[in-house]
Amino acid sequence: MAPSLLRSLFRKPATTRYPFVKWEMPDNFRARPVVHTENCIGCKMCVRNCPAAAIQIEDKGDKRFQATIDLGRCVYCGQCAFVCPKKTIELTKDFELAAFDRASLVVVYDAPPPKPAAEPQTSAEPKPAEPAPTV
Amino acid sequence: MTVGTAVLSILVFPGFLFLVVLGLAGEFVDRRLYARLQNRQGPPWYQPVADMLKLFGKEDVVPEEADRRVFNLAPVFALAAVVAASLYIPLWGTQALLPFDGDLIVVVYLLLIPTLTFFLGGWTSSSVFATLGAMRAITQVFAYETPLLVSLLAPALLANSWSISGIAAYYSAHPWLWAVNLIGFGVALVALLGKLERVPFDIPEAETEIVAGVFTEYSGRRLAFFRLAIDCEAIVGASLVAAIFLPFGLGLAPWLGILVYLAKVLFVLAVLALLRTLFARLRIDQMIAFCWKVLAPIAFLQVLVNLIVRELI
Amino acid sequence: MPNKDKIVRVPIGPQHPALKEPESFMVDLQGERISSVALRLGYNHRGIEKGCEERTYVQDVYLIERVCGICSHSHSTAFVQAVEEIAGLELPRRAKYIRTLIGELERIHSHLLWLGVAGHEIGFDTLLMYTWRDRELVMDLLAELTGNRVHYAMNVIGGVKRDVALDQYARILSVVDALEERTKYYIELAMTEETLAQRLSGVGYLSKADAERLGTVGPTARASGVDRDTRRDDPYASYDELEFQVITDERCDVFGRTVVRLGELMQTYSMIRQILKQMPDGPISVKAPLRIPAGEAVGRYEAPRGEDVHYVRANGTDKPERVKVRAPTLANTQSVAKMLEDGYLADLPIVVAAIDPCFSCTDRMIGVRGAGGAKVMNWEELVQYGVRWHRERGVDLSSLKMRGDVTA
Repeated sequence: MAPSLLRSLFRKPATTRYPFVKWEMPDNFRARPVVHTENCIGCKMCVRNCPAAAIQIEDKGDKRFQATIDLGRCVYCGQCAFVCPKKTIELTKDFELAAFDRASLVVVYDAPPPKPAAEPQTSAEPKPAEPAPTV
Repeated sequence: MTVGTAVLSILVFPGFLFLVVLGLAGEFVDRRLYARLQNRQGPPWYQPVADMLKLFGKEDVVPEEADRRVFNLAPVFALAAVVAASLYIPLWGTQALLPFDGDLIVVVYLLLIPTLTFFLGGWTSSSVFATLGAMRAITQVFAYETPLLVSLLAPALLANSWSISGIAAYYSAHPWLWAVNLIGFGVALVALLGKLERVPFDIPEAETEIVAGVFTEYSGRRLAFFRLAIDCEAIVGASLVAAIFLPFGLGLAPWLGILVYLAKVLFVLAVLALLRTLFARLRIDQMIAFCWKVLAPIAFLQVLVNLIVRELI
Repeated sequence: MPNKDKIVRVPIGPQHPALKEPESFMVDLQGERISSVALRLGYNHRGIEKGCEERTYVQDVYLIERVCGICSHSHSTAFVQAVEEIAGLELPRRAKYIRTLIGELERIHSHLLWLGVAGHEIGFDTLLMYTWRDRELVMDLLAELTGNRVHYAMNVIGGVKRDVALDQYARILSVVDALEERTKYYIELAMTEETLAQRLSGVGYLSKADAERLGTVGPTARASGVDRDTRRDDPYASYDELEFQVITDERCDVFGRTVVRLGELMQTYSMIRQILKQMPDGPISVKAPLRIPAGEAVGRYEAPRGEDVHYVRANGTDKPERVKVRAPTLANTQSVAKMLEDGYLADLPIVVAAIDPCFSCTDRMIGVRGAGGAKVMNWEELVQYGVRWHRERGVDLSSLKMRGDVTA
């Protein structure tokens, strides 16, 4: 064993110098969830499926939904992202989530801004077709 | 030397302060080498100093049922004995600070005192783990002390002197004779592992078996003193082995002599670190069997060789 | 000095550097010899079985996964297999293969971790550092495949959640090749290193008869010559399509258990290569019903520590009626007292470590019917009992507020 020990002496140490050197996690790493509320349809499948009751969906009226995720309760299993029919939830690679108090771990994803009211038809020109709703 | 220079030498250089600095540096070298051999990074150079400062700042707790006086004095005696032993070892000249005939035996006995203080400190700690550690510490002495003493005896026999300074002077005068003692050097290094309670002989402080052994109830200042005593004991032990088994380069100019001395101590510490990395911890019965069945006979063999050489020259 | 006949009681645990998880071994010592060991379990009880009854099957997959960190996939798969059997689901072959792949990668992770822990318990920290450095390879690989280093969340009822892409095969094979090299080095180390042999051989002896009588499973049993492996005896996932040997050893001691685990690592490397070569195409899951029809089933899985048994009883709703987990360490813990008989205190850490204990897995509810009959308490009665027990010992807890709502 002594030869391998002495060889280790001249090799680069296996220690990673985190946190002085940032550690990059692989793609598809399951860390902080992010909700793209503009795609949310309010089916609440994520709420029903979450094993930790970490996510809440609130109806802000006019088919807009606000999501609240308690990162302190979340276990980063990815079930919410898996069942969402609109692929609204994405688990990012951001794993440095430590905080000094529990309240700051509750993240609110605001509902998208309300759509402007439809303009009344006054001109003779045909109105350009409204874009299909993105829900 | 006058009283003034004597006191200065004992307290500062090459006495207490120098020994403490060297002890902390030695701990760093040992930990860094240990880590590098394991393919790890290891602590920075100021780690032992930081550890000492941290310990000095921590709360110092004495268990309610412990014998307060012995509990308090044990660390102090450990450090005092180690510093006292360093005064009789020639570092980079052929003369120690206060040499006299027979100081080899005195140094070996002084180096036994730290182990006794570990025993006393653990015994009076009133913790079952400390008691077990104390028992093991005392039992271990019966294993390594004989090979250590006998291996230190062999060069003394050849040099016909019981003073370490006398031994150093003899081998300086007869260069290359120290090569006869190489077997004893090996035995002394292994026995030194036992005295310093390092793997494979760190049985009194086996972390996974008896928490921290004799040091379980120690914290804060007292633990810092114990750790400092152990660090300095490593340096004193390495210096002793270097003075007796590597007595070359002793007549050089002061700064060169100091460098040679530091190189020798570094070498001994490096070998100890390598042995620490290489082996697992032995059980106490296995250690006793190994020391008596393997180490002691080899040490006696060295004595025999030296007696024959003494007749031949 | 205490004389040889005086017995010293040493508490190894619940908090002790030798134990990675809390468990209590009250050891009676005579000198350095152990005269008896009293075992107490339960310090890691978290009420997971009860928690499963309050959550849906989908949520339970993740809860059961968190019974343990190192054998998380084992628990998750055993549970999911039981549920799939009740629901009568037929899994696509690719899903089974992916489950097997992750299970075998987990076995590598677990055995390398064990090697390091065994090294640490005998004071051989170099082995700890080396094996845990190598373990990083497989953990990084699992992070790439599944999204996390532990708790892989691969299983859903009806299959797996994520697929293994073709361009990941080369990565898996390179990790397996590197680890096979390292494992060969560890095997050579185990055979040639003198102090290792001295600490591991002749320690923790458990005869074959005792192993069978005490119900040991896994490498602990196989090292005593008991030829039992759920992967071969009751194949699940895709083990019926893989060629592998069951490693047994006749030494019956800790060294034998080391040899068995190292041999299993070599078998695992070969199995992973077979899996990647034979991986069938197809879907990775089938649709599972939300409400599982009434029925009961047992899911068995050969975890790195031994046979893991999950019992599930469904009653037609979307929540299980009863989930029972029998982890392998529960079966192996009984044998520790036997192994430690007449042993040295210095051997206790390595003997306990040799069964690869995972007390998080072990601590479930066990009903013990004594001579005085059984007593079942509800929550309020249990609180009052606890307050009374502590008051008898001088601690007053009656002012503590207990949260009545224990569900999410």
